[in-house]
Amino acid sequence: MDLDALKRDLELWKDRSVHKARDRDQVFATLSGNTINTLYTPLDIQDLDYQRDLGFPGEYPFTRGIHANMYRGRQWTMRQFSGFGTAEETNQRYHFLLGKGQTGLSVAFDFPTLMGYDSDHPRSLGEVGRCGVAIDSLEDMETLFRGIPLDKVSTSMTINGPACTLLALYVAAAEKQGVDSKSLRGTIQNDMLKEYMAQHAWCFPIEASLRIITDIMEYGLTEVPQWNTISISGYHIREAGSTAAQELAFTLANGFTYVERGIARGLPVDEFASRLSFFWDVHLDFFEEIAKFRAARRIWAREMKERFGATRREPMLLRTHAQTAGVSLTAQQPENNIVRTAIEALAAVLGGTQSLHTNSMDETWALPTDKAVQIALRTQQVIAHEHNVSETVDPLGGSYYVEELTNRLEKEAYAYFDRIKKIGGVVKGLEDGWFQREIQASARRYQDEVEAKQRIIVGVNDLVIENEKLEIPLLTIDPALEQQQVARVQRLRATRDAAKADRALEALKRACDGDQNIMPSLVECARCYVTQGEMIGVMRGVFGEYHEPVFI
Amino acid sequence: MAGKIRVLVAKPGLDGHDRGAKVVAAALRDAGMEVIYSGLHQTPEQVVSMALQEDVDVVALSILSGAHMTLVPRIQELLKKEGMDDVLLTGGGIIPPADMTALKAQGVGELFGPGTPTSAIIDYIRVWVENRDSARSGA
Repeated sequence: MDLDALKRDLELWKDRSVHKARDRDQVFATLSGNTINTLYTPLDIQDLDYQRDLGFPGEYPFTRGIHANMYRGRQWTMRQFSGFGTAEETNQRYHFLLGKGQTGLSVAFDFPTLMGYDSDHPRSLGEVGRCGVAIDSLEDMETLFRGIPLDKVSTSMTINGPACTLLALYVAAAEKQGVDSKSLRGTIQNDMLKEYMAQHAWCFPIEASLRIITDIMEYGLTEVPQWNTISISGYHIREAGSTAAQELAFTLANGFTYVERGIARGLPVDEFASRLSFFWDVHLDFFEEIAKFRAARRIWAREMKERFGATRREPMLLRTHAQTAGVSLTAQQPENNIVRTAIEALAAVLGGTQSLHTNSMDETWALPTDKAVQIALRTQQVIAHEHNVSETVDPLGGSYYVEELTNRLEKEAYAYFDRIKKIGGVVKGLEDGWFQREIQASARRYQDEVEAKQRIIVGVNDLVIENEKLEIPLLTIDPALEQQQVARVQRLRATRDAAKADRALEALKRACDGDQNIMPSLVECARCYVTQGEMIGVMRGVFGEYHEPVFI
Repeated sequence: MAGKIRVLVAKPGLDGHDRGAKVVAAALRDAGMEVIYSGLHQTPEQVVSMALQEDVDVVALSILSGAHMTLVPRIQELLKKEGMDDVLLTGGGIIPPADMTALKAQGVGELFGPGTPTSAIIDYIRVWVENRDSARSGA
């Protein structure tokens, strides 16, 4: 292609057409604030080298996808995140979802569980089973997966601070089903760096968390080799307000930090890094989101190979889950959320995700009803079966615009990596509140744009229905469930073998005090019906608590 | 009223979603109010003791965990116990309409959901404080 001739012709085209085609009076920019041009041509991607920058799907640098034939081989896993009330209610919801064709499970825990408190802890008052399922002990875990063979499903657990205890409970529940831990498939989120950055459910100070995470990576190598030990998550960073470039850069920087810790422990990078997976947000800006997935795969592959010396294919692969953007949903005219979610889901598929959660239309009001969840799941199934969008690999590859966006996001990410290095790395940046301030500033900018109507949100700042009444039913959670759960955990403590439980807790304390891997002693605690709050309690005693930097 | 309106923006309960609280806190501050932010994971007792110590006009709660039916009445009760009857208790988050109605019927102020412009919250607080102060000076 003669780029000089193209450049000349492009200028002529601009001269010919600019007076006829006037733009609307608005700023043309991506959701993250990047300028969008009228037209993209080969001139915008003249440095793109196909073999070097894109390659073939399933091969380095994996820009076009991690499998050679992508969805032609297997559709993405449809994995709806759910949990509410007690293990009983949630077990029923899982059977409902599996019956509707869902292909993986994803556990949402309530806040006491996420923070490492038992249901009868004073801080748990009013929170039990509200925002997810309450899990206190092995007994609850057994109920949660009743009738679901753990060697047949893959289970994702959104748990971070107490991830080690929930993994231990899962392993113990599998044992009770007669399932060997080596055949378990699933994921614990276990990404504490993004908790300090954005999601804010923590138990211990940063360095203690990193030690525990490294213990889990080490334990995974031999005991749960098919388990994803960390799901390195951009989702919460984005939901807290970051731009796409910040989500991309901060998440990958967190990932590199875990890899550095694993290597420092002496773990083989080709092994432990193969069990790291990712989790992205899919926000409103269709093309920017697709480009983000593509840039992420390319950066991860390159850094794993060139910086961390990975030699096998697996540690270079960025395998990912995705979830549509909760923050993009509106409380006003909630039915419109179905449309937003469908388009975001499509972006995730065109971005090459391995699994996907679609949000329900009613989630700006409450946890979703069965009907709302069914529509959300059906949205994925319609995309998978009816629109022919997944029949060829990376159909937007080669689009001048998408390739330019992919390059631009990659460049922005590297600029952030440099800044993170300058401020002293991820841990230092968290201690100083640097990441938190960056995210907060972006959140404020977004809010200002919405209030200034630079950004139209249908039903919120335009196309509003005056005196709108909410016309969809909402899920209610019986407040009596909290008392039932409190009674259950108290009865468990009163009836279990107390001496065995005490001995298991003492062994856990010794492991925490020393430099032994803590996982075997946690699994033993789980077997002895020690509650997760008790395990975390002992660990808090050794490691202390985290205090966030507080600022506006 | 004399001086700036003093607002405690507080995150009671265990949820860590502070995007809304911080955006609102910054907007109130930019609107000329004196804003104190509690930080995350506060108990009702901690929230009320901070309100007392900081001598605030307004306590603005942000709750996205679903625990509002426990936490809001508890904070209301503790404020009353501390004699802070002339303090506005308001807030926002993920709160179903039926719960909003029930809490307001119990005397809690306006509760704001997603999509609320910060200007609406600023106006509401200003008007409430003006009304309180004019009722005081009239009495």
